[in-house]
Amino acid sequence: MGDGMAVADMFTVNHTVGRVLCCMCGVSMTPNAANMCVACLRSQVDITEELQKHVTILYCPECERYLQPPRTWVKAQLESKELLTFCIKRLKNLQKVRLVDAGFIWTEPHSKRLKVKLKIQKEVVNGAILEQGYVVEYTVDDHMCDKCTRIAANPDQWIAKVQLRQKVDHKRTFFFLEQLIIKHQASAQCINIKQMHDGVDFYFSNRSHAIKLVDFLNNVVPIKFRNDKQLVSHDTHSNTYNYKFTFSVEICPICREDLICLPQKVAASLGNLGPLVLCMRVSNNLLLLDPNTLRYAYHDSNQYWRVPYKALLTYKQLIEYVVLDVEAEPAVTVAGMRFSMAHVQVARVVDFGKNDNIFNVRTHLGHLLNPGDHALGYHLFGANTNDMELDKYKGLDLPEVVLVKKSYEETRQRRRGRSRPWKLKSLAMDVDPAAATKQEEQKRAVEYEKFLEELEEDPEMRSKIALYKDPNYVPGSETASMVDGEQPPSVPLDELLMDLRLEADSRADSEEDVDMDEDYLQTFSGTVLSFWSCRIRIHATEAGRGRCGLATG
Amino acid sequence: MATSKFFCMGPVGYRNVAKLLGGELASWAQFENSSEIGVFSKLTNSYCLVAIGGAENFYSTFEAELSDYIPVVKASIAGTRVIGRMCVGNKKGLLLPNSTTDQELLHLRNSLPDSVVVQRIDERLSALGNCVTCNDYVALIHTDLDKETEELIADVLGVEVFRQTIAGNILVGSYSVFSNRGGLVHPHTSIEDLDELSSLLQVPLVAGTVNRGSEVVGAGLVVNDWAAFTGIDTTATELSVIESVFKLREAQPSAIVNEMRASLIDSMT
Repeated sequence: MGDGMAVADMFTVNHTVGRVLCCMCGVSMTPNAANMCVACLRSQVDITEELQKHVTILYCPECERYLQPPRTWVKAQLESKELLTFCIKRLKNLQKVRLVDAGFIWTEPHSKRLKVKLKIQKEVVNGAILEQGYVVEYTVDDHMCDKCTRIAANPDQWIAKVQLRQKVDHKRTFFFLEQLIIKHQASAQCINIKQMHDGVDFYFSNRSHAIKLVDFLNNVVPIKFRNDKQLVSHDTHSNTYNYKFTFSVEICPICREDLICLPQKVAASLGNLGPLVLCMRVSNNLLLLDPNTLRYAYHDSNQYWRVPYKALLTYKQLIEYVVLDVEAEPAVTVAGMRFSMAHVQVARVVDFGKNDNIFNVRTHLGHLLNPGDHALGYHLFGANTNDMELDKYKGLDLPEVVLVKKSYEETRQRRRGRSRPWKLKSLAMDVDPAAATKQEEQKRAVEYEKFLEELEEDPEMRSKIALYKDPNYVPGSETASMVDGEQPPSVPLDELLMDLRLEADSRADSEEDVDMDEDYLQTFSGTVLSFWSCRIRIHATEAGRGRCGLATG
Repeated sequence: MATSKFFCMGPVGYRNVAKLLGGELASWAQFENSSEIGVFSKLTNSYCLVAIGGAENFYSTFEAELSDYIPVVKASIAGTRVIGRMCVGNKKGLLLPNSTTDQELLHLRNSLPDSVVVQRIDERLSALGNCVTCNDYVALIHTDLDKETEELIADVLGVEVFRQTIAGNILVGSYSVFSNRGGLVHPHTSIEDLDELSSLLQVPLVAGTVNRGSEVVGAGLVVNDWAAFTGIDTTATELSVIESVFKLREAQPSAIVNEMRASLIDSMT
């Protein structure tokens, strides 16, 4: 009628495909390019003719890797994607056909046979494409890879060694380095770590790993190093040489809180920095501070090793003083730290009640000290220093006492013996049995305790390493005993990391931390920890706490 | 292939059995190792043309079957042996392309019975065997054939002419073969097409293959009302389809016949 639409519709003929008989077996089928039913076509043509059906692959039982000739070893689990890819790569002639599907057929794990079912497509007569599935059987032969052979022949064999030494009689630097190495995983590839007298040895199976560690150390402490190599074997035919590489690394012997008398040359080059300086910070360079003038200088490892100097007095020679009187000037910020010059009256704690030895000295700690406080400092008045540099200075006016830091010894006494809410991880080290005497061990224990106290005092040092929450810590009766206002410095809880444990029961632990906030989780273990945070919060929501959805962050 | 040549002789015995039963059967043949019989021969109800050259075996296969009834003539067209594809004819006439030489034309005129009109036509598409297919009443032609040729065909062969395609192919002569009793077309022909052609041609049609799945049925098969010859590669299944659709085995009903659609019966002109 008036429908323009109906007229515009095209009249198309319906084409129903008829059926013909297969020319071989006579079964009725829809016509295809070969005009044979699939069964007849399959019986006529076998597209898997040229393809391998049996392959042998080599497997190293020690490291569970498969050999991909000529030299690569591929790690793969049974029935995994990687193994499937590897098996398919080992088949020759597979480029001539089109692979549609591949999968494993289950075999006994210890039968040393792998079965892969492949489905391939290939063009046969008249352009018909035939699809056929077939099974390839892999025989797995055991064959130790080169690496495992070498390790089995000599388990202690190493290719590169880093010998880290510091010529001082304490281990503070090594404790701190240990924490840094753990945090940055610089020793992830070492095969062995040995503790020696004066230092630590790291063993590696690869020279580049050793260089990586040396580079890392170069960035965190001032070092000088040299490397050497020793010929182990030489193959005359292929002209390859096997060496053992040794990196000898020496850390600068200056530590924090050391009193140093600078050699004349160095003092002059730094603009006549008073020959007595305190070392305030050690990173890859030294921060030297003149306590009288509050001038400071940075000395990096190259400059140090050009004219090396030793410390005049170290932290073992610190003596405790009682502050009697303070006249402080306003505080200034020097090199990122706050100081204020002050005149103080101090007496040694051992002298305090007994005699009247009082010292009037200038110090840079005016902003920290109040009368009645305890401070630690060097007693130059009575010290017997055997320093050549000091002797070279003529007419040098030495102060009697140089105060270095405030002492929390008293308040610490009260807390001694109680556990801390946080703990540190440690590296697995082999200890030299000759050096592990009882005295040594006690010394180490005391030093370690001091190191932990230092960590509590210094937030900047803490920021460089990772502290973990101690799950065994019981808060105990601490609050009850803290009657006086002053508490020794302790690590604030929100700086602690949750130690990542992947067992199911650890979730029970984490439930009580539901109240902890997002900044609880630092980026150390990045995404895995944030996954945990989501789990925690979902659990909380499901428990019906009334929060809806996931908190962002 | 040597063994299969002997196999070719097998059907001769088969034929003898069939003669006892009273029906002629389809036979296998081979021309110089090729199964495409329809290229090298032309079979109608009143004569048979065979190509020259090749083994005498080929000739004798035809002779053995046909010489009692119709003349079997050796010929060439335009000096070629592909006579099956160059000419088209039925019992009333034979059409030859313009490339046929005068000598060949004369030879054919002399050898064929007088009732058969032999005519040479001027047509751009000179492979008439590929472009035209016919029986004694109806012909199907290539869609691009000239009007004059169409009229000549209608005149000389005495048939009704239809322009058609078979399964989308314009070479109707290659992809279909039919006699007065039945026809075989390209296997991919749809059912609607089959019905339409069947109603045009007024014979039952079936879609099938010849020579082990070859779709070019026109080249692989020659047939008249009582005999058929196919290439040696033809399988038994194909052969049974051919025999049933062309009704070469009247005495024996076969299952395939039941499957065939009944052809529509139009009014006879």
